[in-house]
Amino acid sequence: QLPTGLYKKVLVILHDSILPYMNEPTLMIDFLTVAYGIGGAISLLALNGLFILIHQHNLEYPDFYKKLYSLLDPSIYHVKYRARFFHLADLFLSSSHLPAYLVAAFIKRLSRLALTAPPEALLMVIPFICNLFRRHPACKVLVHRPNGPEDLSEDPYIMEEKEPSESRALESSLWEIQSLQNHYHPDVAQAAAVLNQSLSEIEDNISGLLELSACELFDKEIKKKNADVPLEFEPVRGLFGKKNDIFTEHFTLD
Amino acid sequence: SNPFEVKVNKQKFNILGRKTKNDVGLPGVSRSKAIKKRTQTLLKEYKEKEKSNVFKDKRFGEYNTKISPEEKMIKRFTLERQQNFGKNNIYNLNEDEELTHYGQSLAEIEKLNDIVDSDSDTEERGTLSAELTAAHFGGGGGLLRKKVSSGQEGEAEEKPKSRKELIEELIAKSKQEKQERQTQRESALELTEKLDNDWKEIQTLMVRKTPKSEKKDKEEKTKPDEYDMIVRELGFEMKAKPSDRMKTEEELAKEEQARLQKLEADRLRRMRGIDEKEEAKKQPKHISADDLADGFILDKDDRRMLSYKDGKINTENEEEEEGGNEESNENEEEGEEEDNEHEEGSEEESAAEDEEGVDEDNHSDLESDLESEEEGTGNKEPNEESNENQSQNMEEQDLKMEAARSELPYTFAVPESYEKFKSLLTGRTIEQQLIILERIQKCNHPSLAVGNKAKLEKLFGFLLEYIGELATLDLPELKTIDRLVLPLYNLCQMFPVSASDSMKFVLRDAAHDMEEMIEVKGRATFPGLDTLIYLKITSLLFPTSDFWHPVVTPTFVYMSQLLTKCRITTLQDVVKGLFICCLFLEYVSLSRRFVPELVNFLLGILHISLPKKQAQGYTVVHPFTPVGKNLELLLVSDKKDLESWQKQNLPLSIVTRLKEMSRTELNHIRLSCLALCFDLTKKCAALYESLPSFHEIMHPVRILLTQHLPVSEYPEQMQEWYNSTLRELENKAKHYTPLVCEKKKPEPLKQYTPKIMKVLEFGRKLGGSKKEQERKRLIHKHKREFKGAIREIRKDNQFLARLQLEEIMERDAARKRKVKELLGSLATQEGEWKAMKRKKRKN
Repeated sequence: QLPTGLYKKVLVILHDSILPYMNEPTLMIDFLTVAYGIGGAISLLALNGLFILIHQHNLEYPDFYKKLYSLLDPSIYHVKYRARFFHLADLFLSSSHLPAYLVAAFIKRLSRLALTAPPEALLMVIPFICNLFRRHPACKVLVHRPNGPEDLSEDPYIMEEKEPSESRALESSLWEIQSLQNHYHPDVAQAAAVLNQSLSEIEDNISGLLELSACELFDKEIKKKNADVPLEFEPVRGLFGKKNDIFTEHFTLD
Repeated sequence: SNPFEVKVNKQKFNILGRKTKNDVGLPGVSRSKAIKKRTQTLLKEYKEKEKSNVFKDKRFGEYNTKISPEEKMIKRFTLERQQNFGKNNIYNLNEDEELTHYGQSLAEIEKLNDIVDSDSDTEERGTLSAELTAAHFGGGGGLLRKKVSSGQEGEAEEKPKSRKELIEELIAKSKQEKQERQTQRESALELTEKLDNDWKEIQTLMVRKTPKSEKKDKEEKTKPDEYDMIVRELGFEMKAKPSDRMKTEEELAKEEQARLQKLEADRLRRMRGIDEKEEAKKQPKHISADDLADGFILDKDDRRMLSYKDGKINTENEEEEEGGNEESNENEEEGEEEDNEHEEGSEEESAAEDEEGVDEDNHSDLESDLESEEEGTGNKEPNEESNENQSQNMEEQDLKMEAARSELPYTFAVPESYEKFKSLLTGRTIEQQLIILERIQKCNHPSLAVGNKAKLEKLFGFLLEYIGELATLDLPELKTIDRLVLPLYNLCQMFPVSASDSMKFVLRDAAHDMEEMIEVKGRATFPGLDTLIYLKITSLLFPTSDFWHPVVTPTFVYMSQLLTKCRITTLQDVVKGLFICCLFLEYVSLSRRFVPELVNFLLGILHISLPKKQAQGYTVVHPFTPVGKNLELLLVSDKKDLESWQKQNLPLSIVTRLKEMSRTELNHIRLSCLALCFDLTKKCAALYESLPSFHEIMHPVRILLTQHLPVSEYPEQMQEWYNSTLRELENKAKHYTPLVCEKKKPEPLKQYTPKIMKVLEFGRKLGGSKKEQERKRLIHKHKREFKGAIREIRKDNQFLARLQLEEIMERDAARKRKVKELLGSLATQEGEWKAMKRKKRKN
């Protein structure tokens, strides 16, 4: 019923400027449930308020994890509220009493979506997934299946399935992270390569990585000092003069 | 010494190798020593306690070591005299009077008496004439006897000589000897005098004559034998050693290939991100037994050899030859040309011919390279064609170069500021600019002067800035930039570090501009053509396949930001975005790294070519939106334009000027963009087919291509592009193998065998770093010193207490004695008095 901009503004400040001062925060239940049902960024924002209600006011939310699962779509790695969302998701998934199929579905979905993510989000989500593996060792079959079927023609995981229990995530493997081991950014590739080895016991602290921005990433790279700089050995013959230059096929220097 | 005064520390065990320091002590001796020392220091202090008067030594120069004792004495004496001078003793009346004897001062006489004149001649000292001796010795009868002896001469000859005669003879002899000695001395003196005079005379003569004679000597020296000269010259001359024979083309090609292979292996190693040092560690280098381990390696003879090339004496550096690539060869030739140019005109032609020959060589070289490296890629032909074109172009350019060369001065200083650099290049033709740059490099080669390196390093920055400026012009001079890349590459090869620094500087500027724009406006726009050109140049100068590279990695991050952050609102943005996509593909073409942004962007571009529709099986991500105003940016619905379209290469200049185009032209550009997009998608598919989740990555693109694209409306050429792309996407086998972790080395169980450590020295604690050990040592030392100091202070106090006790006892004893005395005297007095009383009573 509210315009989108206002909706967002309200939801952003709800959890720390409105809820603590209300006599009966439970009155917000309806508002938040509706907001949570809208989808997209508004759902992400409503999550924070809902969390407080669940945590402090004994709200019982049916199919909460299913809803959370359906919130995961490619845009979560690109939106502004990424840090806030992953902070909450980390909280929600920290319980060790969650069923393995649910966590596996989350892991699989997050890594599937990571195939379109920018490097700064990848640097955050890979340790996030590692932490999930540490909390739920039953999910480790995703990275280590010593005597499974040899050759599959299809990924058993069903991306389109809304219900986490039906997604067959536990039968799958994390090929997405394996693909990311070929990522162009050296740090991402290294982070992804961690899953090849058995994980250490201690969880990674991802709070510092949540807010990582692309600019920080760039600054970090450009400030690295290096004594020797490898050079291209193929001599140039002009701006588009390399062998097999893609540019010569599509661009001219006019 | 007394065995009862020796204290022995008994040792329980005799440990081998341990030094025993304190096994025997002499407590009595050390105590007496300590007491003695205390009496000298502490006792003195104690006695002088509360006493403020000080002893001052005012003797003159007592502590001055510079003055010798005699001088000191003299000075003291004079000082004393000076002190006494003023206050004469009034009772001393005859102070100035001298005591005399026969009119002579007594003091003088005393002085003279004792003096022996050592300088006086021996003659006088030994003047004991015969009479004298006779008179003095022998009781004075000598004279008498002489008279007698002279009377009886004949007898005397026969008689053996008497003692007296012997003595006389002796005296005579000695006299004679003395005389002789004197005459000798005199003659020697005379001779030296004479010699001196002679020398003076000669000297005057010599002064006039010497220069001449010396000159003569010199002439003689500077005129060596001609034969010697030749021999020496031959020794120093460059020897015409047999140089390496002229290599055949095959061999040259082989060498070149080996070099390229080595470089390629290097590149691969860096691509995998293996550390060079680690590898070096793994394979320790062979060390010769004769190696001195001083890092000196005699890898090649530095002397230049006389060798011939093309019938001329080859005096160029060998390194340049080894460079072996087109440019350096060309440069070499040009360098030679320059040398010869102003000598004769006729040679120039031959040189030009040479150059052409070299060019041809190089092209054949390149072609063979191409053949060897691109087997099976299939697109060899266009390259060859372009090569041919290039060679034709080259010839034309060479002609132009010749013309330009003649007009320009030969030496250039390196410009100090960008403005000067710009003014040097503006208004010149491309060829002239190139030659200017080349000559700047040659005139200021780092080997020629010390500061040249820094200057040329700056030149790279200037050139980069100049290129950027050329690209931002309304009509970007891309042709010029195309040619200017060559000197840029050469400079970069010379100074990699500074080149990478200036490249990074440019990048940082661009990235910060974008960051600011995002902060201010909330969204970013694509940068200008100059930045795009810089990104392209980066790929030319640096290897883009490295796992990590100081310049290339930040460039990757920057380009990824461009593709994810910048809004697509105009056709120009689309072209720029596609340009960056091409760059990404080129960057990862060798390393085959995965770039998610690239696939996202291509999907987005395909998406904006669709008519608005609701149903979708895919999601586009930032900066594209499923709904919004910038949709249908690439949609072409005009039938005529669709039919008349021909695939054309996009001119880069449309990035800056697009406004003056007609609608048809715009539509054509749109379609070209779409075709480009298809091609890039195809290339992506070819590149990423080995990734395990290839199908997941390409899934949205495939859905879009198969389900949403209005293929039937496209012109035939476009349909071809489309079909080939789709084929590339679909004919990839799907197979997934479950992941298995790498096997970890099993950790060994904990064991209870004792840990054995080497003990190198007794009494030294092991463990800890050097710093920690040093700290421990200092702490230990401090503790010991502290204890020692406390002990000393305690002993001092004991000593003082003893002293004070002694003093008190002494005082008490004295008092007791005095009291006793007094009492005694009083008692006697009393006694006497009583006795007197008794007497009186008796009386």
